[in-house]
Amino acid sequence: MTTVDAVRRLAAGVPDTELPVLTIEDLGILRDVHADGAGRIVVDLTPTYSGCPAVEAIREDVERTLRSGGFEDVTVRMVMSPAWTTDWMTETGRQKLREHGVAPPRERAPGVRPLQLAIVCPRCGSARTDEVSHFGSTQCQAIRRCLDCRETFPHFKEH
Amino acid sequence: MTAVAADVAAVATLRMADDCLVLSHRLAQWSSRAPSLEDDVALTNIALDELGQARALYARTAELDGTGRSEDDYAFLRDEREFVNCLLVEQENGDFATTIVRQLLFTTYQHAQWSKLLASPDEQVAAIAAKAVKEASYHRDHAAHWTVRLGDGTEESHRRMETALQALWPFTGELFERDDVTDGLVVMGVAVDPERLRAGWDPFVDGVLAEATLARPETTWAPAGGRRGLHTECFGYMLAEMQHLHRSYPGVAW
Repeated sequence: MTTVDAVRRLAAGVPDTELPVLTIEDLGILRDVHADGAGRIVVDLTPTYSGCPAVEAIREDVERTLRSGGFEDVTVRMVMSPAWTTDWMTETGRQKLREHGVAPPRERAPGVRPLQLAIVCPRCGSARTDEVSHFGSTQCQAIRRCLDCRETFPHFKEH
Repeated sequence: MTAVAADVAAVATLRMADDCLVLSHRLAQWSSRAPSLEDDVALTNIALDELGQARALYARTAELDGTGRSEDDYAFLRDEREFVNCLLVEQENGDFATTIVRQLLFTTYQHAQWSKLLASPDEQVAAIAAKAVKEASYHRDHAAHWTVRLGDGTEESHRRMETALQALWPFTGELFERDDVTDGLVVMGVAVDPERLRAGWDPFVDGVLAEATLARPETTWAPAGGRRGLHTECFGYMLAEMQHLHRSYPGVAW
């Protein structure tokens, strides 16, 4: 295994601080890993929302994880462009969210306007849901309710 | 970019950064006071987005003006006369109607500005815009939705919206003000031509006001000066509260 692969494997397993059911790879914010052959490692991350407070914590977690994995010289860079979108979330990530009681973001084909597919209740599977508030417990989530099982649930917004 | 051009560009990013920071602080003052839990969460979420945009813009400003100042230096160690935000964002929260009207008038402007800056030749500004424009569209939707609900709501909510609109409307003139900085930057492509911004702002605001059964106020007077560091009285109090901890206990952390 090359150094880059080893670093990527370690970094990929770091959990998101606000939704720890997801890893940063599931979320799609682990952008790139560089190794220069002299032991210097650079990891590129991308923020989800401009002010997301989890970003600083994730940066420290990645550095700590790589150091304890034997990589001493680690720099984590924040790369803004191109901007992250929820389309970068992996299928595994979406499945984990569903199991965790969070409706995942709906997928969009590149360049195509999103179809208004139903947001399905992660508890009972009903497609009859509506939005209670566009803003939820974190910047990336909205609050919805199910019109069948009557439970409220978070929805990871398409972004 | 030449040193002079970068200096001018730094004024443009600083103006935007200060708009974001000051609005963020005003919105954060709603924390635990909003009329419903959902809106408490909404207003503080919006505040957080604005704060994130401010941080990215201060970082870019520090590169352009060559001072290498930190975000904290800009936010906490400048005096009132050094802030170049527009007067609209510093106006007090008032009642919920006042905050919603301020949100509608400002976020419509901000959304138009970010949309245009997607094409900025300054790659970093364009990257910040790519993220911020999506956030701004949520903020604008939130304000538009509440404007319609309150304007076309009860007699009392309509009255409050009308009062708020009359009070805040004069401050919108400054958003589209031209000066040497905007003129110079428009040529460089770093700032957006105020005329083009207005062309996006007017129809959106008019549409929302019409749906909300609110009349567009007549423009009677248009206070300005924020872009030159001349602020309204309420701003000094806000700044004193915002900066007190950092100035009294330098380097404090928790």
